Amino acid sequence: MIPAAFSYARPRSIDEAVKLLKKGDGSTKIIAGGQSLLPLMKLRLARPGQLIDIGRLAELRGVRKIAGGRLAIGALTTYDELLRDPNIVHALLRDALPRIGDVQVRNRGTIGGAIAHADPASDMPALLLALNAEVVARSARGERTIAITDFFKGPFATALASDEILVEIRLPAGSNDYGSAYCSIEQPASGYSLAGAAVVVGRSRGGTGPFDDVRIALAGVADAPYRATAAEKAFLASARPGDAAAHATDGVSVASDIHADAEFRAAVAAVQVRRALEAAIARAG
Amino acid sequence: MAIDVLGAPIKRTEDPRFITGKGRYLDDIKLTGMVHMAILRSPYAHANIRSVDTAAAKAMPGVLAVFTGADIPYNPLPMAWPAGGSSGIQNNINMPRVLATDSVKWTGEGVAAVVAETPEQAVDALEAISVDWEPLPAVVDAEKATQPGAPQLHENAPNNVVFTWTVGDKAGTDAAIESAEVVVRQRIVNQRLIPNPMEVRGDIGWYNPGTDEYTIWMSSQTPHIMRLLLTAFVTGIPEHKVRCIAPDVGGAFGTKIFCYADMALVMFASKAIGGRPVKWVESRRENYQSTTHGRDHITYLEIAGNRDGEIAGLRVKTYANLGGRLSTIGAGVPTTLYGRVLAGCYKFPNVFAEVTGVYTNTTFVDAYRGAGRPEATYVVERAMDLFADEIGMDPAAIRRKNFLPTDAFPYDNPSGLGTAVNGEKIFIDSGNYEPALNKALTMVNYYELDKAKKEARRRGKYLGVGLSSYIEVCGVAPSKWIGAVGEGWGAAMWESANLKVHLTGKVILTMGTSPQGQGHETTYAQIISHELGLPMEDIIVQHSDTQGTPFGYGSYGSRTAAVGGAAAIKAAGKVRDKAKRYAAHMLEASVDDIEVDGASFRVKGSPDKVKTLQEIAFALDLGFSLPEGMEPYLDETAYHDTPNCTWPFGTHIALVEVDEATGKVDLVKYVAVDDVGKKINPMIVDGQLHGGIVQGVGQALWEGALYGDDGQLLSGSMLDYALPRASWLPNLELDETVTPSPVNPLGVKGVGEAGAIASTAAVSNAVIDALSPLGIRHLDMPYTPQTVWRAIQAATSKGGSA
Repeated sequence: MIPAAFSYARPRSIDEAVKLLKKGDGSTKIIAGGQSLLPLMKLRLARPGQLIDIGRLAELRGVRKIAGGRLAIGALTTYDELLRDPNIVHALLRDALPRIGDVQVRNRGTIGGAIAHADPASDMPALLLALNAEVVARSARGERTIAITDFFKGPFATALASDEILVEIRLPAGSNDYGSAYCSIEQPASGYSLAGAAVVVGRSRGGTGPFDDVRIALAGVADAPYRATAAEKAFLASARPGDAAAHATDGVSVASDIHADAEFRAAVAAVQVRRALEAAIARAG
Repeated sequence: MAIDVLGAPIKRTEDPRFITGKGRYLDDIKLTGMVHMAILRSPYAHANIRSVDTAAAKAMPGVLAVFTGADIPYNPLPMAWPAGGSSGIQNNINMPRVLATDSVKWTGEGVAAVVAETPEQAVDALEAISVDWEPLPAVVDAEKATQPGAPQLHENAPNNVVFTWTVGDKAGTDAAIESAEVVVRQRIVNQRLIPNPMEVRGDIGWYNPGTDEYTIWMSSQTPHIMRLLLTAFVTGIPEHKVRCIAPDVGGAFGTKIFCYADMALVMFASKAIGGRPVKWVESRRENYQSTTHGRDHITYLEIAGNRDGEIAGLRVKTYANLGGRLSTIGAGVPTTLYGRVLAGCYKFPNVFAEVTGVYTNTTFVDAYRGAGRPEATYVVERAMDLFADEIGMDPAAIRRKNFLPTDAFPYDNPSGLGTAVNGEKIFIDSGNYEPALNKALTMVNYYELDKAKKEARRRGKYLGVGLSSYIEVCGVAPSKWIGAVGEGWGAAMWESANLKVHLTGKVILTMGTSPQGQGHETTYAQIISHELGLPMEDIIVQHSDTQGTPFGYGSYGSRTAAVGGAAAIKAAGKVRDKAKRYAAHMLEASVDDIEVDGASFRVKGSPDKVKTLQEIAFALDLGFSLPEGMEPYLDETAYHDTPNCTWPFGTHIALVEVDEATGKVDLVKYVAVDDVGKKINPMIVDGQLHGGIVQGVGQALWEGALYGDDGQLLSGSMLDYALPRASWLPNLELDETVTPSPVNPLGVKGVGEAGAIASTAAVSNAVIDALSPLGIRHLDMPYTPQTVWRAIQAATSKGGSA
């Protein structure tokens, strides 16, 4: 459990960090909380030649309100800080955050790290998909915004270019007409989701009519988190959670491993979708 | 006089150091000039080694030496407990070498070792060793390994069979089953577990070139036995030139009883590099691959009886997976420690078991908390529920009907389960099984659970209740018995204690037992405080160093209180007797006139003529005035060979809820009524029960070592091997009955393993009970959501009524 040798740099600013990254030889990894990367390095499954530690860059930490009632979450904000932040009122985040990892992981693990690492079983990517988040990436070339739906490209693969650092996550304005929930069944050893469903339902024009806006995203089910668009369509058509659940894995190649084969995983994914929808609907009122 | 602390729930004197980070574990030891060793482990489960090239590794920075199997002149590790012991049954023994020479038999077998200045350099250099492998087909399942055409591991073990061992009355059992009204048959699997002590294993070897002596620090339960095995059997180094020390040990669960290759390797390496101390500490991944595993039985059980619920016989055929080579007592666990307790706490008139030990391309299997007894309890308690289900009887009623009656003790099972080949017997010492069952039933409101089951159905859950009325055997063992049933190196199982009262009246008790976190320093001090009337703070307990403690067998098998405790009491009695004789000398009275009251020694009828133990020790230890023939110093050693084993028992009841949609099982209530005899420290007893119960629940619900067909350990880290977490368990509700053991002066029965022995079957029975409305009568553990969901799908598609 000793990592292979690597060099280490701790830049004092994000500008310095992106410059260092640009100079890297391709074996450079950004490290923040280290909760995913370090275990892989100790098993020598990851062998970066260089680590750039951005963990102490205060400019990337914390939640603030920005234009349009949106929230900007610094990439280095830890799970624990998110839990304690009064701006984070989203019910699905409050469902999910206390169950991520353990106390130590929540104290060290960062939202940006979780997204950039892009473990297909990680909860945070699905939560952000359901929230229609945006990701802000910075490089020596400048800054760009990536829609979350364009961000996840496969297992441990994202839209970030090799010279880019994820610096911020932006959440759209919340609405009282929306309800949300996160339900998951965990792989007991790792605590990652065998199947997790993040759901937001709402009425875009308010009132008490049928829901006309729904976003359903799944974690742990496929080789990348995804929006279950067939399930969303089914829900908009019938407003019945069970109908949506039946389409939770439509068109998806469902993952199979020693803990859950594809058939079981698909079945419990549908259950999570149904339960999360039921909870979200109840919360939306 | 000191307050009597025997039986008091006092806080452990060890805890301040353990919970404030001041414990001194193996890896905390840093010696001058110390270097570090890493072991290259086989990536294949089964392969021949054509050659090993270490040249590049030797040239790496900081590397002092690289060894392969060919460099090590030592013998293979010893097999200390062949199946059947002196009965002479065939054991096809293959033991690990210190490093493999020609072939490897499991993923993780050691092939080469690097010694370097730093741990990082040692690990880096491992990657520079190149091995020319010839991979061979592997087999990991014990039953399949015995079938024709299976890959063969060892030339001397046709069909991979290590031994076929039997116990009990075959003819009687066959007849009972043949003539029975009802026979229930079931194949059950007791899956392989990885023990997971918090502290992994490690050793430091130091060869002193000045004295030609060795010191080995080891994370061990058995430093005295390790010295014996490493010297007399492995290295040939004279026993008196080796000292073994176990520092604080952070848990073991059996895995640290055994003799491992790394122990001999650090000795060899230290001498080879000229006497610098060599430290080796395994990683958690290495621990999973190359420290012993537990359980792994496939069993065909047949239980027979009548429709009134009287059991007439139990016949068992078990395949015990022992791994690629044998561990120190690997063959003893599924034989003596399993087969001989297969009647449980019941008056089964006929029992017969046949156990086939099997080699597979997996890590070696040896004793793990309970060692054979959890496997037996699982068989018996599942069998009782299967039989009850078949005849439509309540699981509590069938247990009550078959319990041994209170007048049965000492009890000798008529099938000969307790009889060794030389005719020596062990008896169930004492028991009273019904009160524990009744208490547990009341605690769960057993006869009112139907309402709760209906309420659970309305929430999409199935509620189930499961009983486990267990018995176990502790306090091993009378030497003349254990010698006959197996201890191949002729060793006995007595224990030792040395008690010194120093000039200042302070007491040092040195023990042959060796704790791993159980709190022995507290409980032994409680015993001595009680025996000598001295305050706890005047007593310290030393252990776990072959230099300075009397030879002892160590701590395992829940034997420390029953056997070690009796030795401590004996030593205290000798001290008291000598003090009494010296008090008579000091007080110019006859010994017969001295009355002992705690630490006060008085002349009968003359209350002012009194000496305290401290005054006696001071004078006697100085020795200025000694009566004729008396030696100076208050220093006594005692050895205690127990006349019999001890047999704790009790009933545990689990309530589970199964989510019909996902198959997820939640343990919602757990009650345990244990009878462990008298208690030295009830708080420590509760702690042992808590830990044991949770480990047993872990087996039922979450844990399982999983190998691929190619022999790769798929559950190779804590990311894939699920250990129980506190938040997954309900509050454990404990109660007791107290039936003192008559075989030791404390009346204790032992508690180290009871929880783990009882709880697996309770939870298993609860899960099956929950699923019984679907027509499910058995499922193999662990009851992961997928396993349970599949069973529900299969049952509902067959048209079972939900």
